[in-house]
Amino acid sequence: MLKIENLTAGIEGKTILKGLNLTVNAGEVHAIMGPNGAGKSTLSYVLAGRAGYEVTGGSVSFQGKDLLAMAPHERAAAGVFLGLQYPVEIPGVSNLMFLRTALNAQRTLRGEKEASGAEFMKLAKAAAEALGLPFEMLKRSVNQGFSGGEKKRNEMVQMAVLEPHLCVLDETDSGLDIDALRVVSEGINRMRSQERATLLITHYQRLLDYVVPDFVHVLIDGRIVRTGGAELARELEADGYAGMAEAA
Amino acid sequence: MSTLPKRKDEAWRYSDLAALGEVWPGGEKIGRSLSIPAGQAARLDDVLAGTGWRNDAVAIDVGAGGTLIGFIEQGLAAGAVATQDYAITLAAGAAANIVILNHGGRFGRIALDVTLHEGADFQLGGVIIGGDTQTLEIITTVRHAGPGATSRQVVRTVLGGRAIGSYLGKVAVAREGQKTDAAQSFKALLLERGATANAKPELEIFADDVKCAHGATVGELDKTALFYLESRGVPPQQAKALLTRAFLSDALAAMADDAREAAETRVTALLDALLAPALAAAA
Repeated sequence: MLKIENLTAGIEGKTILKGLNLTVNAGEVHAIMGPNGAGKSTLSYVLAGRAGYEVTGGSVSFQGKDLLAMAPHERAAAGVFLGLQYPVEIPGVSNLMFLRTALNAQRTLRGEKEASGAEFMKLAKAAAEALGLPFEMLKRSVNQGFSGGEKKRNEMVQMAVLEPHLCVLDETDSGLDIDALRVVSEGINRMRSQERATLLITHYQRLLDYVVPDFVHVLIDGRIVRTGGAELARELEADGYAGMAEAA
Repeated sequence: MSTLPKRKDEAWRYSDLAALGEVWPGGEKIGRSLSIPAGQAARLDDVLAGTGWRNDAVAIDVGAGGTLIGFIEQGLAAGAVATQDYAITLAAGAAANIVILNHGGRFGRIALDVTLHEGADFQLGGVIIGGDTQTLEIITTVRHAGPGATSRQVVRTVLGGRAIGSYLGKVAVAREGQKTDAAQSFKALLLERGATANAKPELEIFADDVKCAHGATVGELDKTALFYLESRGVPPQQAKALLTRAFLSDALAAMADDAREAAETRVTALLDALLAPALAAAA
């Protein structure tokens, strides 16, 4: 579904990704782990198309199409979802209005019929309930007054309603307490399917106890230096990244 | 106004005096008055349209415990001038809730002079939407003459082109104005770098047990919020329009539901007209 070849990219003239290669097939869950500054967030922003991040080489194809040639909203309509590490607050725009606008914008771009008010409310209510967010909170402005954990749950609500093909989750587990981690993990696991792929970007191994990945990649200094199965995460937890860097 | 104001007159420092000079002396200030008896409620709906110079002086007296709901829309034709003055006196316990929508003409000035007696309450929601070379301003002087009165002013402006949007807000608390609770908030959104916003908050306080808050910000659309919307599938133009509407919504928040919906529809139409060329330029 996603094929990244020799990707080099950076921000403000500084190269951060230095020839990254990664292939993710439908139905798979990949975890990307690495120390601070390795390029994990840069990768997620480049996939989402955030302004300021420059691709200087390589290619990214998504479902056979050139992802880098698409604008951010086109990537979303094509089925890419980025769960932000730091979800944004938007005063004056309610969560419901935000999500409904997003859903209908994507459907319109795909030539599908927009969701009716009733249909949307049903989807939103179900998603909120499954993720333990009181529906009343969705009437508030986007993420306003939300704790860190609530913001991450809100990202999962959006993911459930938008039903993407590729879920790129950037440190979705950071700031979560034990209960929130379980709920968010269940949300991610519920979305696992043969048609969907997930890219989990994380520092910590504990998320991977709940969302067991098919592949674990170690990203150090802008490159994937090692790939393994789920047990690689335990190895990292025991030995740290230093050993990996030397082997690279 | 018996003589044409000059640039050095503080209250006119951001005004389009050239535009005013062209219609001057054009006629006397047209006086109107409204008196609301004690305990009663009344509405003021001033929707200004057309090409003539609007130069009204409106005096409104609200009796004790009475209520004034006001909606003032300055929607004159392009090139026209409005210099409207509203003098409002609120007797003890009276309340006024006023919304100003200032968007038309070449130069539109809406000035309010509000006197609050004991326990009175004044709520203002001001919206300025401007483009091209319009000069639009809201001038308020709120006098807390009695104790325990409250005033809340929320002014929001969205400006494109080389428009100038200004808010001059003076709050004067008299010695008798103990326990005054006054707040002003002005925010300007500049859609293009050529637009200008001016804010001049002024506090003159002679009592020693008061709350007087004020804040002013001028900025552009939040790029992170725009990216968030786009990353969820919302096209850039729609994202900008959504955030711009949200930006103005604070000013209309204190309106009653049905009136607010009508105002929001009006504002959306005005923003669409303003955003179209601005977005084409930015693209």
